[in-house]
Amino acid sequence: MTTAPWVNAETPEEKVSYLRAGHTLRSWLFSTDHKRIAILYLLAISFFFLIGGLAAAAIRLELISPTGVFLSNEGYNRAFSMHGIIMVWFFLIPSIPNTFGNFLIPLMIGARDLAFPKLNLLSWYIYVIGGCFTLYVLIMGGVDTGWTFYTPLSSIYANGHVVAVVAAVFIVGFSSILTGLNFIVTVHKLRAPGMTWGRLPLFVWSHYATSLVLVLATPVLAITLVLLAAERLFGLGVFNPALGGDPLLFQNLFWFYSHPAVYIMLLPGVGVVSELVAAAAHKRVFGYWFVAYSSIAIAVIGFLVWGHHMFVAGQSPYASAIFSFLSLVVAVPSAIKIYNWTATLYKGSISLDPPFLYAMGFIGLFVIGGLTGLMLAMLAIDVHVTDTYFVVAHFHYIMVGGTVTAFFGALHFWWPKITGRLYPLAWGRVAALLIFIGFNFTFFPQFILGYLGMPRRYHIYPPEFQTLHVMSSAGASILGLGYLFPLVYLLWSLRNGKPAGPNPWDAKGLEWTTPSPPPKHNFEQIPVVTEEAYAYPPLGEDST
Amino acid sequence: MGREIRLYIIVWVALMALLTATVALTFAPIGPLKTASNLGIAAIKAGLVFWVYMHLSKQPGLERVAALAAVAWLGILFTLTAADLLTRGWFHI
Amino acid sequence: MNGDLIVHEPYAGVEQQRAADYMGMYVFLGSEIMLFGGIFAALFAVRLLHPHAPFVAAAHLKIWLGTANTAILLTSSLFVAAATVVVREGRRRTASALLAVAVLCGVAFLCIKGVEYRIEYLDGLMPGIGPKQSPIRDAPAALIIDLYFISTVLHAIHLSVGVVLLGTLSVLLLRQDPAAPPSPITVVMAGLYWHLVDIVWIFLFPVLYLPRP
Repeated sequence: MTTAPWVNAETPEEKVSYLRAGHTLRSWLFSTDHKRIAILYLLAISFFFLIGGLAAAAIRLELISPTGVFLSNEGYNRAFSMHGIIMVWFFLIPSIPNTFGNFLIPLMIGARDLAFPKLNLLSWYIYVIGGCFTLYVLIMGGVDTGWTFYTPLSSIYANGHVVAVVAAVFIVGFSSILTGLNFIVTVHKLRAPGMTWGRLPLFVWSHYATSLVLVLATPVLAITLVLLAAERLFGLGVFNPALGGDPLLFQNLFWFYSHPAVYIMLLPGVGVVSELVAAAAHKRVFGYWFVAYSSIAIAVIGFLVWGHHMFVAGQSPYASAIFSFLSLVVAVPSAIKIYNWTATLYKGSISLDPPFLYAMGFIGLFVIGGLTGLMLAMLAIDVHVTDTYFVVAHFHYIMVGGTVTAFFGALHFWWPKITGRLYPLAWGRVAALLIFIGFNFTFFPQFILGYLGMPRRYHIYPPEFQTLHVMSSAGASILGLGYLFPLVYLLWSLRNGKPAGPNPWDAKGLEWTTPSPPPKHNFEQIPVVTEEAYAYPPLGEDST
Repeated sequence: MGREIRLYIIVWVALMALLTATVALTFAPIGPLKTASNLGIAAIKAGLVFWVYMHLSKQPGLERVAALAAVAWLGILFTLTAADLLTRGWFHI
Repeated sequence: MNGDLIVHEPYAGVEQQRAADYMGMYVFLGSEIMLFGGIFAALFAVRLLHPHAPFVAAAHLKIWLGTANTAILLTSSLFVAAATVVVREGRRRTASALLAVAVLCGVAFLCIKGVEYRIEYLDGLMPGIGPKQSPIRDAPAALIIDLYFISTVLHAIHLSVGVVLLGTLSVLLLRQDPAAPPSPITVVMAGLYWHLVDIVWIFLFPVLYLPRP
């Protein structure tokens, strides 16, 4: 085997830390180092999280009064549409994979970088270009189609900037595809000697499953959006029944992507929680293979359930019955994960650090989101609560209670690795509690609202719903505070935090064997792996 | 001329023969079998290109799976979409 | 197999890098299959809803030009495949010539496609523009024609990318220095892309041109 020429080319600076390998803007914007690209992504998605969050604040403020507060009907439609589009495609989908996945996968499998570093950088630029389109749409006044772009509203009747925003989503899709491709090839081809599939951290397994979905589903969304744009621009009729098309075909194609997309958002969070739970319990994850394969099972079965979004849309009832059954099946691998995490914690020597609090928050909220998902998968209940706040609450429990909580958990767990600094743990615990309480305050009332019949996407509502809406808005302000709080103490820790040392949590995993922050090429020598993931000492022998 | 290139030429001859066959069958009086034969021949042609020209015959199993996974996923898309479209008229409310 | 000796950043050796390149390309092509698969799904849906529509639409397309184009593309694939063999033997000039023939085939395909579009424009088949009304009164059949334009334009864009790619490689291969780029693996990767664009056409041709009652 030829020795690559760059192996010994590190300057002493680079050996110290990837953060010190060049200080110019250029050294960041043209870096192919996966760790620096992860930081670029972290900055970009945080920006869009902020914008999407402002839209959410506008929505919750508007809903305080049954007659609306400050938005017109049109303005409200645009507010929730931009909230959905920005949060789904510019925050949730890239959130964990493109920041923590990018940063950690090579470190966890003992590689110097992702398989295609230039493609990785390219994916960030594609993301930024898509983001610019979105900002353009936002400045020009937005769209009113909802994030789902249903035809014929989007193709014929909507009067916002549909084509521009569709272009934004189309473009950002290719950044997803490149990331998924990079992860798949990296996991297959760049594992360190001895890093067998059975020794991969579960974080890597779940990112592998996510990548399958990214690569296989995203192109279908891309072509669907092309057909939608062609319909709007040139009057093509693929989704127009007057011209022989089928409006439900749009929903079929859209959800063929967008239901698996829910698993794009969820699976990385699941991987994060597996790491957090094992590190907090200082135990091997119970039923490693079950947790690993359940990620793959979720990714595959996730492609078979999309019709449950169309139960009342005019879809064939026979197809609905099939989709209903398949949607219930997807609960099995999800439940396996919950049971295994719980069993992992059993008799563990648990440390109540902030990352663990986030993991517990994730598990609790994901259980509620998952169980209400089972209710929605059943035809009869779904007909009753379709397009109500019950659905809104359900998917926010999965996407915000699940994914965003996991994102913050990951941020708190790997921040010392990424920056080399510890943040004040007490503040971290307070933020975790604020987020958990604020979240439930915001979204639990929405279950009740929805079950009582409050439809989604309306800002004028009967006065008897006001109490619950005000509760929800009050909770949202706590939640917003909870999200801003970490921004303060994490930034503070950059200058004033204690140096973290290589392994502040006393956790297992190759990423904790490197200095914090890791050197430019990750490892002085490619490690040889001789033990399984989570090889914590047996119970009772743990000194910590 | 090497063995590989000879194989490529044989495949090219086969592809041309299949193209002729599919066009000829279009004008043959075989009715509804035309769709099946046209798509079947297309699948064989695509298989030849994949297997020989795209070097799948020389790849390990993993690469074959990577190259052909999308075909299986298209199967999901087509099957479940058809499950909706074909049974939509069966049930009148 | 010479010329593959340049090892890039994350790799420990040539074999690992080659394997990653192959796999990355296959995965990328998988995503391309899904991209075109969406259009095929739309064609499939229209056909299920309106079984007669493809026949009406196909009667307005120029089957002989389509057949000629299929033959041209299949031939181009032969030359590309041959080029990937000779380039690994280090015969850069021969590889360059073979790729040049493939590029000419691709250009010929695009020219014939342009002639077809011109005829269809004059017939009024193009959606929204044209000197006269569309002769197709049947809405689902007109829809198939619309999908014909979308899918063939998307295919032509892919083919144009392929022409530029192979054309560039063909010129670069004229340089005599065996260590100069492109390395053989680059030619193989470009070839894989070219073949996939070919395969897309292999399916578009019978689905659009050949349906007959």
